[in-house]
Amino acid sequence: MSKIKDVFKKLKKTKGKAFIPYITSGDPDCEKTLEALEIFAENGADIIELGVPFSDPMADGSVIQAAMERAIKSGTTVKKTLEIVEKFRKKYTTPLILMGYLNPFFAYGFEKFSEEARKKGVDGVLIVDLPPEETEEYSEILKKNKLTQIFLATPTTDLKRIEIINKFASGFIYFVSVTGVTGVRNALPPETSAKLRILRTNFKIPVVLGFGISGPETIEQFHNHADGFVIGSAIVKKWELASKNYEEKQNFIDFIKLLSRSCHGK
Amino acid sequence: MKKNDSFFIEKGYFGRFGGIFVPETLIPALRELEKAFFKLSRDKKFQKNFQYYLTKFVGRPTPLYFAENLSKKLGLKLYLKREDLCHTGAHKINNAIGQVLLAKKMGKTRIIAETGAGQHGVATATASALMGLKCRIYMGKEDMKRQSLNVFRMELLGAEVIGVDGGSKTLKDAINEALRDWVTNVYDTHYVLGTVFGPHPYPTMVKHFVSVIGKEAIRQIKKVSGRLPDVVVACVGGGSNAMGIFYPFLDDKNVELVGVEAGGVGIEPGKHAARFAGGKVGIFQGTKSYVLQDEDGQILTTHSISAGLDYASVGPEHSYLFETGRVKYTYAHDDEALSAFYLLSKEEGIIPALESSHAIAYVVKNADKLKNKIVLINLSGRGDKDVMQVRELMNKNE
Repeated sequence: MSKIKDVFKKLKKTKGKAFIPYITSGDPDCEKTLEALEIFAENGADIIELGVPFSDPMADGSVIQAAMERAIKSGTTVKKTLEIVEKFRKKYTTPLILMGYLNPFFAYGFEKFSEEARKKGVDGVLIVDLPPEETEEYSEILKKNKLTQIFLATPTTDLKRIEIINKFASGFIYFVSVTGVTGVRNALPPETSAKLRILRTNFKIPVVLGFGISGPETIEQFHNHADGFVIGSAIVKKWELASKNYEEKQNFIDFIKLLSRSCHGK
Repeated sequence: MKKNDSFFIEKGYFGRFGGIFVPETLIPALRELEKAFFKLSRDKKFQKNFQYYLTKFVGRPTPLYFAENLSKKLGLKLYLKREDLCHTGAHKINNAIGQVLLAKKMGKTRIIAETGAGQHGVATATASALMGLKCRIYMGKEDMKRQSLNVFRMELLGAEVIGVDGGSKTLKDAINEALRDWVTNVYDTHYVLGTVFGPHPYPTMVKHFVSVIGKEAIRQIKKVSGRLPDVVVACVGGGSNAMGIFYPFLDDKNVELVGVEAGGVGIEPGKHAARFAGGKVGIFQGTKSYVLQDEDGQILTTHSISAGLDYASVGPEHSYLFETGRVKYTYAHDDEALSAFYLLSKEEGIIPALESSHAIAYVVKNADKLKNKIVLINLSGRGDKDVMQVRELMNKNE
């Protein structure tokens, strides 16, 4: 059984929800990224989402755009990202998925990327600009290398569309709570709970909520409606300070702990 | 719900290029657009309406002009398809009118667009004003500086111009920002993409709206010279004016087609926008095509004297035509385009856009090879927007 499946199975027993923190690889450099991953793993992360920088992240808001710019400036590539994962795997077993845009993987060679990703300890990928329409040849390669492929569902995803996504998706579904780009929102749309109910009924795999989650309040609000929570921009914003300033680091760790407690209901 | 609502009618591929590489959020919007486009492109009433605006508002058909002075000088027969005489000054208005009409039919109340040189922005702002729709234009801050007059024109037309500060502050960043807006406001907004680029159905749809250029040109040149031209030349940024004139000629294998990209100041990374000379296949802004990128798959910044050609990728059908060899792609450098800009102004009394000047530069450079041939250039736009920039360049060089 895949490690990701395991996570949700275990959480079901404890009535907890998956805590999935996000960080961009190479923000502000590779060494610091490893440190962030270790903080996640030490403080309750169930799955970690590691972003692979791309120069033109069209689905991302200003916070993650800026993080990706910092990462590219520090020379971070697909290869270096895989090296970070390899180092992380020496100490931790926490499932890890790579989030990114197709072109850097394509330029690296998708087959080569998939083989190496599996070898270095990546559990799955989420490629933002690879919808079911285009995924077939890539999905085969990922499957061959036993990598989970995460897909997005959005407020515009209808029942027919769910059927199509179901054909390719594994691990979990990442529900984008808003029509929009990544970034913290004051409130999520009122229909979010109802939408989650429909998705969880019709997808064969767990559905986690992401985009726009600012902190524990949002997690508590939707605790009963989702199987987990991805927190990106809110963490990246705090990390920008914490990665530079020793005093801020404890605040960062406290924030991760707080998010973890909200997800796990403790 | 109809059974096929979650599928696209077509996949939008040209050989191995094209496709729909977008985040899930945009899929329903593209599906809706594809459906509306396929329906209305066969709808007689819609086409009649489109024709009406092309004739009465845009001023079609645009003339085919025999450039007598330059022909004599170069020793060939040079015809110019005068898209520079379109309302708003460039061929961009054909696509903008088509898409805004379509958006209105679809019940959208808000129009967004990206712009590089500002011509597509002005065209979209114009079409939106005409149809009474709210309009917002995204434009790189660097381009806003280069094309300040067009910014003012868009504002006069009632559009809101948003300066984009990300990345290289040029066209590609404006497209990213427009896509982000569309992802966010997908229910009430139509994104008028300005070229034969992006996810399906855009390359096919934009081609449909601009191919009127080539259809007219065939009719016109047959009338004046009794036959088709030997060579058709067009500049290629995203590739809409080139596709507009090439497409109706594709089956006439005796007509040589030449696309001219921006050679900038040299074919080194960051110094040009010649995708077929310096790029490789990649996936960028919704489509698979030739892309200027580094070895890690990051998109490179580009340079061209003309904002309208200053772009890292090219329409997927052009990539297909490049690989099949049907169209020959080459490039002209900044200084060559600038010389051609002066030349056409002085010889013919026509100030061309710096974009179109690249096509003229090719013909000037290859005049020997083209001796006595009938050459047709798509003069895609007029140079009024460029005169300030050219004056600055002249002052700098003095």
